[in-house]
Formats: sequence, C-alpha cells, structure tokens
Amino acid sequence: MASGVKPRVKVPKSATAGETITIKTLISHKMESGQRKDGDGNVIPRSIINRFTCDFNGENVVDVTMEPAISTNPYFQFEATVPAAGEFTFTWYDDDGDVYTDSKSIAVN
Amino acid sequence: MNLTRRETLALGLGATALALLPIRASAAADDQIAAFTGGADIGTGDITLTAPEIAENGNTVPVAVNAPGAAAIMLLATGNPNPAVGTFNFGPLAGSHSVSTRIRLAGTQDVLAIARMPDGSFIQASATVKVTIGGCGG
Repeated sequence: MASGVKPRVKVPKSATAGETITIKTLISHKMESGQRKDGDGNVIPRSIINRFTCDFNGENVVDVTMEPAISTNPYFQFEATVPAAGEFTFTWYDDDGDVYTDSKSIAVN
Repeated sequence: MNLTRRETLALGLGATALALLPIRASAAADDQIAAFTGGADIGTGDITLTAPEIAENGNTVPVAVNAPGAAAIMLLATGNPNPAVGTFNFGPLAGSHSVSTRIRLAGTQDVLAIARMPDGSFIQASATVKVTIGGCGG
C-alpha cells in the first residue's frame, strides 16, 4: 500500500509560548487488518501503518504503536505544548517499509 | 444449618452476582496486559475512557482516553481476535495525556485502557460498547 496515501494535519498557525494546542492528524490508508478474506476465501494479508510519531523541534510529543484494530484512515487527536516557535514533524511507518512524513510550522506571538 | 426458603434464594442470587462481577478478559487480552504491566497489579485512579454505549458500525468506533500524568496508555479490545489496539507513549512536550482515535471492534465487548504512571504503577478504566455490525470483515 504505497498508493494514495495522503497525510492531513491540522495545527494552529500561531500560539503563545507555553500554550497547549490541539493537533488533529488523519492519513488515508486502508489499514488491511489481516482478518478479512477475499471472494475465494483466501486471507488478505495484513498491511497497516504500525507506528505514528509526532515531534516538535526534535522533542517527542507522542509515539503511538498501532495494531490492526485501528480503523481505516487512522485519525488521532492529541495535545502538545509549544515552548517556542518551531516545526512539528509527523511520521507514519508502514508495514511495507514506507515512511510518510508531514510537517507544520507554528509561530509564537 | 437450617435455611429458610427466603435465605436460600438470597444465597443463590448472591452467588450468581459474584460469578458475573469480574470482567472476564480473554486469554489473549490477559497476555497483552501482562506484557504491558510485567505482571504488576493494576489499580484504579484518574483515568477516563470515553466510548459510545452503542456503536452502529464496528469499523470506526470513536474512543478517547485521558489519564493525567500517565507515561503511556495501552488500549485493548478484549473481544477482538487480536485484542491489542495500540499504545500511546507521551513525550516531554505532550500538552495533556489524552488522545482520541477511531478503532475497530469485532462485536459487543469491553474496551480497556491501562495507563502506566511515571512511578511504575498502573491504573485502568473500561467501557462496554454494544456493536451492531462487527468491524472485522467476514
């Protein structure tokens, strides 16, 4: 599953120093669980995103280990503290070795 | 010991209630819990798990978990073929120790959230979700 994967991230454009902001992430991925069978009764092999991380200026915010029970198009909402202006980097790790990244910068005023 | 009819009935009811009370997690879920906690006791504390009482579609069940101060939170769906759902590890910049996501549930079951606190203790919360259409394909 390397086609049609599109990460979408929502981060406020600016914050005050030390403020806690809410981040929403969504990535389009079918998250094949390995439980389903095709029309001939063969098990469709598992193909999921198994890890998601969010970092701010190199410091970790959240690190999620994902299992097949996470729904199609994995969605996460969490909160982060913004000590200074910088950049959030979001990384998704696919079972097939692919790594998807996205980044969003935030200003401090 | 002579029991009146009323006492016998009360005893029977009590025994039934006792047998039903503990939330029975599947063996696979127990293994997952043991791997996460290392066999430590799990208490109760400041952890909330928000899940719908009835989920029409087991493919996307929104759940939210909040455990102030937790280092990591593990989510378990005790009735799924593979009970593990995910583990959330919070880094130094986590604004609050809460997260919401969407999960798959195979059928009506208990969803468990276990949080590891920085001092090494564990607390848990659970919620029963009734699922109309299971989310594991067929």
